Amino acid sequence: MNTALLEMRSITKEFPGVKALNNVSFQVAQGEIHCLVGENGAGKSTLMKVLSGVYPFGTYSGDILFNGEVQRFNRISDSEKTGIAIIYQELALFPELSIYENIYIGHLQDKGFLVDWNEVIRKSGEMLKKVRLNINPATKVKDLGVGKQQLVEIAKALSKDVKLLILDEPTAALNEDDSENLLNLLRDLKHHGVTSIMISHKLKEVISIADTVTVLRDGQTICTLDAHKGEVSEQVLIKNMVGREIDHIYPERERKQPGEVVLEVKNWSAYDPALGRTVLKNVNFQLRKGEIIGFAGLMGSGRTELARSIFGNSLGYRIEGELFIKGQRQHFTHPHEAIEAGIAYVTEDRKGNGLILIQDVKQNISIANLTELAEHWVVNDNAEIKVATEYKTSLNIKTPTVEQKVGNLSGGNQQKVSLGKWLFVKPDILILDEPTRGIDVGAKYEIYTIMTRLVAQGMSIIMISSELPEVLGMSDKVYIVSGGKITGELPIEEATQEKIMQLATNY
Amino acid sequence: MTFFKNISKVLQQNIREYGMYIALVLIMVIFSVMTKGVFMSARNISNLVNQMGYIGVLAVGMTLIIVIRHIDLSVGFLAGFLGAVAAIALKYWGLPVYVVIPMVLVLGIIAGLITAFPVARLGVPAFVTSLAGWLIYRGLLQLVTAGTGTIIIEDKAFNALGNGFIPDFPDMGFLPGIHKVTLLLGLIAIVLFVISAINDRRNKQAYNFEVLSMDMFVLQLVVVSAVIAYITWILSGYNGISWTLVIVLLVVGVYDFIASRTVLGRHIYAVGGNPDAAELSGINVKNIVFVVFGSMGMLSALSGILFAARLQSATTTAGTLFELDAIAAAYVGGVSAAGGVGKVTGSIIGALVMMSLVNGMNLLGSDISLQYIIRGIVLVVAVVFDVMTRTRGK
Ligand SMILES: Nc1ncnc2c1ncn2[C@@H]1O[C@H](COP(=O)(O)OP(=O)(O)OP(=O)(O)O)[C@@H](O)[C@H]1O
Ligand SMILES: [Mg+2]
Repeated sequence: MNTALLEMRSITKEFPGVKALNNVSFQVAQGEIHCLVGENGAGKSTLMKVLSGVYPFGTYSGDILFNGEVQRFNRISDSEKTGIAIIYQELALFPELSIYENIYIGHLQDKGFLVDWNEVIRKSGEMLKKVRLNINPATKVKDLGVGKQQLVEIAKALSKDVKLLILDEPTAALNEDDSENLLNLLRDLKHHGVTSIMISHKLKEVISIADTVTVLRDGQTICTLDAHKGEVSEQVLIKNMVGREIDHIYPERERKQPGEVVLEVKNWSAYDPALGRTVLKNVNFQLRKGEIIGFAGLMGSGRTELARSIFGNSLGYRIEGELFIKGQRQHFTHPHEAIEAGIAYVTEDRKGNGLILIQDVKQNISIANLTELAEHWVVNDNAEIKVATEYKTSLNIKTPTVEQKVGNLSGGNQQKVSLGKWLFVKPDILILDEPTRGIDVGAKYEIYTIMTRLVAQGMSIIMISSELPEVLGMSDKVYIVSGGKITGELPIEEATQEKIMQLATNY
Repeated sequence: MTFFKNISKVLQQNIREYGMYIALVLIMVIFSVMTKGVFMSARNISNLVNQMGYIGVLAVGMTLIIVIRHIDLSVGFLAGFLGAVAAIALKYWGLPVYVVIPMVLVLGIIAGLITAFPVARLGVPAFVTSLAGWLIYRGLLQLVTAGTGTIIIEDKAFNALGNGFIPDFPDMGFLPGIHKVTLLLGLIAIVLFVISAINDRRNKQAYNFEVLSMDMFVLQLVVVSAVIAYITWILSGYNGISWTLVIVLLVVGVYDFIASRTVLGRHIYAVGGNPDAAELSGINVKNIVFVVFGSMGMLSALSGILFAARLQSATTTAGTLFELDAIAAAYVGGVSAAGGVGKVTGSIIGALVMMSLVNGMNLLGSDISLQYIIRGIVLVVAVVFDVMTRTRGK
C-alpha cells in the first residue's frame, strides 16, 4: 500500500479567465480508495479530466506519472489503454441501447468486420456479475434506475481491464441503498486490486470508504489526509474545504405559525399516456404561506412526476383531481400559466431540462422572466446584466463574469444558476427538486439560508429530496411518497429517519 | 509592434467570426485578379447583390429554422410557386401590385404554418413534412404554369424590385454621373455604425466586460467604415442602390434585431439551445415552431417575388435548388446543426460567399459542373473550419 500508482506533479490548467488548477500535486497509492473533496469549482473534475486525457497533453502544464512512467495522453483512449477508466459526473450511457451494447460500444469484439454478438453478450454477463447486477444484459439502459445505470457504467469500465477507476460524484443521484451498494462494490474491487479515486460531496460516505483523502480548494491542494491514522473527520474535512469552521449544518429557523393555504391538491391522479401507466394515485396535500414542506421517498416514487403535473403538466399526463392556488381552482395546460400563477420549479436534472448550457449565465438567469427586463418586447441588456450580477453575488456563483457559458461552470455552480433563474421569477411558491444535488457543504448551507430567508419573507417552498437529513432539517411537515401515492404525512416533531424509510418502502 | 501582436491576438480569438469575412475578401480579391478587375466593377457588384437577394432572404429564414433544430426543404418550390401566383395575379387577374405583394406574402405565411402543423402538433420530423411540401409545391408550380408556360410580367413597379434602383436627387450640376442619394446613405450608415459601436463599448466597460483594446477598436471602426465607404462608392458610380439591396438590408436588419434584441428572439434561441428547458421556463415551444416556420414561408414568398421580378417572368422551374443554396449559405455562415447557434448576419455573408463563387466563375466562363464542385468544397471547408474552431476552445 505504499508504492505510488499515480503521481500528478505541479499540474496547472487555465481556461480563459479562470485558473482551474494551480500547481496541484496529487498522489495515489497502489490498491487504495482515494477520495477527492472540495468546494464547487475547486477543480476536482478538471483534475480528473486532465488525468484521463479529456484535456490532452500540452493544454496543461505539469507531469503525470502512472506506474512510474511519464504519460502523455492525447485522448481518452490513450489513458484507457494504460488502464485508467473514468466515470463522469454526468452519466454517458446510450439510453436506447441494451446493457451489453453500452458496455462494449467502444471496443466491440470483432471477427473481421462482423461483431460477434454472442461473445459480447457472454462477456457482458460476466462483467455484470462482477458488479453484482443480476439482470439480463439485453435490457435497455433506459429501463434501469439511476443506481443500476451507475453499476453498468462501472461494468463498462471493468470491461476495459482497469487498474485505476475514477468516479466523479457517483452517488450524487443515488438513494441510500444504492449508494451503500456502490460503496461495497468499490471495497470489493479494492480487494481484487483495483485502485479507485472517488469525488464526492457526501462527507459521510467519504469517511466510511476512504483510505486517503485529498482536499482541493480554489485550484490548489490543501492537504492529504490518511484515514488509517485517524486524520479524517467531518470537522476536519469541512474546515479544509471551506477554509473556516461551519458549526451548523442547518440555519436557525424561527418556526412561525404557518399562514393561509396557498396551494392545495385534492384527489390528484395522473396517467402517463407515453408510458401507458398511472404515475400518481389520489394525492392530497396542502402548502401554507411561509411553510417548507418536504417530499421524501425513493427515486422513482413519483415526486418529480407530482411536481411536473402541478407545474403546467408539460409531460402531457391525463389528470384527474383538483388544484387550488390561493383558493382559486386552476387548470394549467402549460408551464407559463403556472409561472404566472406564482409557481417556480427548479428541476432535478439541471443539464437535461434545467439550463441551456450553450448560453451564458445572464441569459439563463433571465430566460423565465424576460418580459420583466423588456420594454415593448425589446430586452434591456443592461438591466439583464445587472440582475444577473446581483444573483451571481447573492448566490455566490463562481464565474469570472455573467457572460461565461453555463456549460463551462462546475456542477455545483450550475445548480446555483438554476436556482437564480427561478428566484428571479419571484414566485410565491417555489418547488425545489433535489436542490442540493452535487453541492458542497458550504454552498448547501448557503442554499438553506436562502430558503430560510425566503420563507421568512412569505414564500412557500416544496422541497423534494432524497437526502433524509436535509428533509428533516429543513421541513415543517414531511409527506412520504411511494409508488405514486402519499403513504404518510408527518409533522416535523414526529418525523424520524426510521419512520420515513418505513413509509417510503410501503406500497 | 504590439499593434501587430494585438491584431493577431484579436484575429485568433475571433477566428470563427472573422474567418467568414476573410474568406469573402479573399474570394473577391482572387476573382478581381483573375477577371482583371471586372469582378469588382460597379456593374458586376450591383449585379451580384441582385443575384444574391433571393437566396439571401431565404438564408435569413433558414438560419432560424436550423437554430430551432429543424429544416425546411420546401422553400425553393414554394418561392417558385408563389412567384407564379404573383405573376398570374398581376397579369390575368389584373390586380395592382400593392395588393399582389401583401397577398403573396400572406400566402407564404399560411404555407409555412401548414408545414409547421405536423411538426409542432404531432412531432413529425420537419425533414419529412417539408419534403412533402417540396413535392407538392413543385407540382403546383407546374400545374399553374402548365397552360401558359413562362408567364411574362409587364408590371413596371413589380419588376423594379428585381432590376430597379432607388431614385437620385435631380441633377444639380455637381458630382455628375454619381448617385448622390447612395453616397448620402452610405455616409449615414457609417455615422450610425460608429456611434452605436462607441456606445456599446462604453456599456460593456461599465460592467467590466472584456472589450477590444483602444487601438484594435479604432482599427475595427476604420476597417468597417472603409468597407462601407468603398462599397457605396462603387455602387454610386453605377446606378446606385438597387431595390433588391434595400429589401435585403431591411430583412437582415429587422431579423437581426428580432433575433438578438427581442424577447421573441431570445425564446427562439432558448428553444434551439434546449427545448425541454425552454418549455419548463414557460416558453411555448410549439408556438415558436409556428412562428419560425411562418416567417420562413413569408420569406419564401419574398424570395419568389424577387426572383420573378428579376426575370420579369414566372417560369416552370423557378425555385429549383434554392432550398439547398439557402441551407448551404446558413452553414457557411456559421449556423450549427446542433441547434441554438447561428446569426442572421452570418448567413447573409454565407449567401454572399456562395453567390460570389457563382458570379465569379460565370465571369471566367467556367463550366457549370465545376461550379457545383467548387461550391461543394467551400461548403465542406467552411463547416469543418467552424467545427474545429468551436471545439478548440475546450
Ligand atoms: N471548459 C471550461 N471553460 C472555462 N472554465 C471552466 C471549464 N471547465 C471548468 N471551468 C472552471 O474551472 C473551475 C473548476 O471546475 P471543476 O468542474 O473542476 O470544479 P469541481 O471541483 O468539479 O466542482 P463541482 O463540485 O461543482 O463539480 C470552475 O471555476 C469552472 O468554472
Ligand atoms: Mg465536478
